[in-house]
Amino acid sequence: MTFWKTSRLLTIAAVGALALTGCGSDDNTSTAAPGGAAASSSTAAADCGTGTLNGEGSSAQKNAMDQVSQTGYLAQCPDATINYNATGSGAGRKQFTGGQVDWAGSDSALKPEEATAAATRCMGNPAWNLPMVAGPIAIAYKLDGVTDLTLNAEVAAKIFQGQITTWNDPAIAALNSGVTLPATPISVFFRTGTSGTTENFTKYLHATAPDAWTADGSGDWAGKGEGREGSAGVAQAVAGASGGITYVEWSFAQDNKLNVAKVDNGAGAVELTGESAGKTIATATQVGTGNDLALKIDYTTKEAGAYPIVLVTYEIVCSKGLDADKTKLLKSFLTYFSDPATQTGLQDIGYAPLPAEVSTKVKTAIAAIS
Amino acid sequence: MSSITGRSTVDQVPGPTGDVPRGRRRLGDTLFGGAANLSGVVVIAIVALTGVFLATRAVPSLLDDKVNFLTSTEWVPEPGNLRFGILQILWTTVSISVMAMIIAVPLGVLNALFLTQYAPRWLARPAASVIDLLAAIPSIVYGLWGIQVFAPHLTGLQKAVNDGLGWFPLFEGPISAGTIFIAGIVLAIMVLPIITALSREVFAQTPAANKEGALALGATKWEMIRTAVLPFGRAGVVSASMLGLGRALGETIAITIIVSSVAPGTDFFASWLQGGETFASKIANNAAEFNDPSSTGAYIAAGLVLFVLTFVVNAIARVIVNRRKAFA
Repeated sequence: MTFWKTSRLLTIAAVGALALTGCGSDDNTSTAAPGGAAASSSTAAADCGTGTLNGEGSSAQKNAMDQVSQTGYLAQCPDATINYNATGSGAGRKQFTGGQVDWAGSDSALKPEEATAAATRCMGNPAWNLPMVAGPIAIAYKLDGVTDLTLNAEVAAKIFQGQITTWNDPAIAALNSGVTLPATPISVFFRTGTSGTTENFTKYLHATAPDAWTADGSGDWAGKGEGREGSAGVAQAVAGASGGITYVEWSFAQDNKLNVAKVDNGAGAVELTGESAGKTIATATQVGTGNDLALKIDYTTKEAGAYPIVLVTYEIVCSKGLDADKTKLLKSFLTYFSDPATQTGLQDIGYAPLPAEVSTKVKTAIAAIS
Repeated sequence: MSSITGRSTVDQVPGPTGDVPRGRRRLGDTLFGGAANLSGVVVIAIVALTGVFLATRAVPSLLDDKVNFLTSTEWVPEPGNLRFGILQILWTTVSISVMAMIIAVPLGVLNALFLTQYAPRWLARPAASVIDLLAAIPSIVYGLWGIQVFAPHLTGLQKAVNDGLGWFPLFEGPISAGTIFIAGIVLAIMVLPIITALSREVFAQTPAANKEGALALGATKWEMIRTAVLPFGRAGVVSASMLGLGRALGETIAITIIVSSVAPGTDFFASWLQGGETFASKIANNAAEFNDPSSTGAYIAAGLVLFVLTFVVNAIARVIVNRRKAFA
């Protein structure tokens, strides 16, 4: 009986441990686990605020937010509490305009109809979109024997549209002279449900190769393939078998050790790095006015060395109207976040640092919050 | 001592005046009876209100549906241009559940027979609690285990089935990364403890007299189980299977993790070696985007079908149980 008792206890302990780990991923107040060490290298000094700040929204910036807030900012400012609930951009904007949270993280800027509601929430002051976290979207693949692959928008569109179905298709071979491509069938994986990554990726395809990708950019997938749940789901599916391809945030491609295709933007093949993604963000045009820094990415950029598929996520804040303590904390936190030292640290976990010209503007805007 | 009416015979002894004394109802009796009645009413009310809620929210969207709700495979719940049909979802839901039941019911019943009839005492109890523990594992763990650990082991089997029987619609390729087949097996493991535990309880209640009688008449152990234990436990096994099926139909998170969804615009297919979405996973995958009442209504309509489906299945089970009783 002792044996059975012990083994039962062990099983219970094991199940319990699994259950606890399951909860851990939702607990935003806990220390961010992966890549947390990188924050120690950032040297940005913060002018500390106190109190509690609650944010909600985009899951694309969750890892960055965890690292910056929990291991970076709070290490310097132990009297502050910063919570970020990654429920999705739409939910974040809704909670923000509803006055439930102090700021929202979002993959897209406030829509005009939302701006009115946001202004009401900010006691009659406009809300600003501040670009803060830039995430390149990788075209990730796994193919035995091939670690160096170049694609362009048109070929990518045809692959994701199901028109190119094997890896040794002449269209792919034309872009990859010198690479031996196997006759493996291509399995395309897309994100199930509505996703900001899908939206940005299809916007890129439609803007750059409108003939091959005829559908407008949309959060719902319009191509072919198999849908998997979440960024982790598509990345794992590609990692699972040779021949898979997907579009996914860079960090997930790194975590799953997937190969990332170079993208030919018309001026030669560009490898995905923080720097090459930053170049595209630097060419973005500001569509907001004044300190509202909503950006429009130029996906069709032909600048040499610019990786074109990037996603900029915003922090949506009140320009005025929060109480004094919260305002101080928010300004202190965002200043720390936008600091080049902090931004550089994000590169280790799959984000691109904001280019200098953008981060300067962001700093000016943060300073103007009152 | 009780009479045929179920009322205590003491109550029926005539009093001095000749009639049955009504007696003072005791407080405990009133409270307990009231609580029991109340909980019965509450449960019925909850189910009825759920049905009413689903129906009222679903009907406006159903009326606006531009395609046939039952026979279309489209799912574009765009406000103003609602086009949604459940054919593929219904098929996937039913397929996964049927597959889970095909595996879990025989396994669960045999398991229960082993635990109650064959296993020595020292083994039966710990073995039973280990099986019960399966029910305590969160479904997200089943999902992640299913796709990351278990699925790679099934690649060969699925390929073999597809190579040999690919001409049959149920086993058509191309094989997905997350198939109905994998989900069915994982779901079978998830419902196994429910079926085993309930069947074990009813089998253990088989009157010793029936079992001993069968053995005394010269029955072998298998014949004894067939003639005494199984008929006695039949209603219980059906109820257990229905509870298991309920869980299988409604399972959400494990399915969303395991099964690949299909690209919009795909024509209907029957294959178990491809992906799909069940009612529950469809709703879960899109829950973040319930902004507009009319598109939300499309998902609620899907939920309504699941609700009705569960009812129908349960009703069929009741009929089966009752008919067997009549002929027993």
